Amino acid sequence: MNSVNKQQRITEALATVKDPEIASVSIVDLGMIGDVHDENGVVTIHVLPTFTGCPALPIIKRDIVNAVSKLTDVNAVQVEFVYSPAWTTDRITEAGKAGLKEFGIAPPPAQHVLGEPWEIDCPYCNSSYVTMENIFGPTACRSILYCRSCKNPFEAMKPVADLDEIIR
Amino acid sequence: MKALKELIYQLADDDFILAYRGSEWLGLAPHIEEDVAFSSINQDMMGHATMYFQLLEALGEQEADQNAHLRAPEAFRNAVLLEEVNGTGSYLHQPNYDWAFTVVRNYFYSVHKKIRLDSLRLSSYEPLRNVAKKILMEQQYHLMHWEVWFRQLLTSTDEAKRRMTEAMVKVWASFGGVLTLGPYYGEMVKANFIDDENVLKTRWMSAIKKVLNETNTNMLPGEPGMTSGNGRKGEHTTDLQQAIATLAEVYVTNPAVSW
Repeated sequence: MNSVNKQQRITEALATVKDPEIASVSIVDLGMIGDVHDENGVVTIHVLPTFTGCPALPIIKRDIVNAVSKLTDVNAVQVEFVYSPAWTTDRITEAGKAGLKEFGIAPPPAQHVLGEPWEIDCPYCNSSYVTMENIFGPTACRSILYCRSCKNPFEAMKPVADLDEIIR
Repeated sequence: MKALKELIYQLADDDFILAYRGSEWLGLAPHIEEDVAFSSINQDMMGHATMYFQLLEALGEQEADQNAHLRAPEAFRNAVLLEEVNGTGSYLHQPNYDWAFTVVRNYFYSVHKKIRLDSLRLSSYEPLRNVAKKILMEQQYHLMHWEVWFRQLLTSTDEAKRRMTEAMVKVWASFGGVLTLGPYYGEMVKANFIDDENVLKTRWMSAIKKVLNETNTNMLPGEPGMTSGNGRKGEHTTDLQQAIATLAEVYVTNPAVSW
C-alpha cells in the first residue's frame, strides 16, 4: 500500500519536470520516463532520450534529481538514460499533444511510417493546408512549417517511429 | 573484446570528426535554412558519437568527455576522409570551403552509415544493437537531406555538375578508408558484431551506382581508394591534429570543470 503510494508520489514529482525547451509539457507526457525502481529509498529512474544530441538532457537529469530528492522517504536518486525501449513519438500522451499545441508546436502524426510524407495540421487554425519549409528546426526534435490558411509559420515535432515494427 | 572496442571506436570517431567538420560550416552554409538543417544534423551526429563513447566507457575505456578530447591523434580510428578540412582557409580566416565536397562526403558517408547501422541492428552485442536502432531513427532524416542536395546539384547547372564531379573524384580516392573495418576485421565478423566489410561495400557500391545512374552520371572507375592512409590503423593527417587541437582547446584548459 505504502509503496503504491510512493510510486504515485514519484510520478507526481516527475510530472513537475518540464522539457526546458517546451515549457508546457512534462517529461512524463512526452513519454520519456521508463522503469522506476525503488530500493530502500534509492530511486533509479530510466529516462528515454528523445533525440540523442539534445542538449536539454543534462538539464532534465538535474531537474529530475531535484524534484524526486524532495520526497521524504527518498535518500538518493539515480537517472539512467536508456535506449531500449527506444523513445518514439507515439509515446507522447494526449495531454502532451495538447501541451505541444498550446506551445505552437504541432504534435507528430500518429502511426507514422518512416520515410513517408507526414500529415500535419496547423496548431493555430487546424488547417491541413500547410507546407514543409525545413525538416530541421530550432531544436533537434522539431521541423519548420508554414500554414497557407492562417499564414503563420509554425513548428512540428518530427515523427520518430520504431524500426522493428516497420521493417518486419 | 579488443575487436569490439576497435569497432566502436571507428563508429564513434567517424561521427565525431565529421560532425566537427560540419560544425565549421555554422554561419557559412549556402543559405539560412541550410544553416539550421546542417547544424541540427551535426548536433545529432555528436549525440551519436556520445552514445558510442558511453558504450566504450561501459567497456572500461575512459569517461566519454575525456575520451573525445584528450586522446592522441594516433589513437583515433576514424577514416582519414572524414577528418579532411572543408577547404582552404580556416573558420576565422578566409574560410573558402567547398560545398560540393561537403555534399559528396556527407552523402556518401550517410549512405554507408545507413548500411552499417542496418547491419549493427542485428549485432550480437546487444548494447550496440540498441544504440544502432536509436541512431537509425534520426539518421533517416540526414540521408534524405543529403540525397536532395546530391541529386539537385548533379542535375543542375554545368558549373554545379563540374564541381560535383571533381568532388566525387576526390572523395572516391579515399572512401575506401570509410569502407574498411581495419586490422581486427576478421574477429569483428567472426563474433557477429557486424557483417563482412565486403558485403557492406557491395551494398554501398550498388546504392551509389543506382543514384548516379538515375542522375545520368557516370559511375566512378574501379574501387574506392585509400590514398591518405588507413585511419582504422591510427594513420592520420595533420588535419586531424588541427581538428582535435581546436575542438579540445577549451576543455584542456581545465578538464576537471563540469559544463
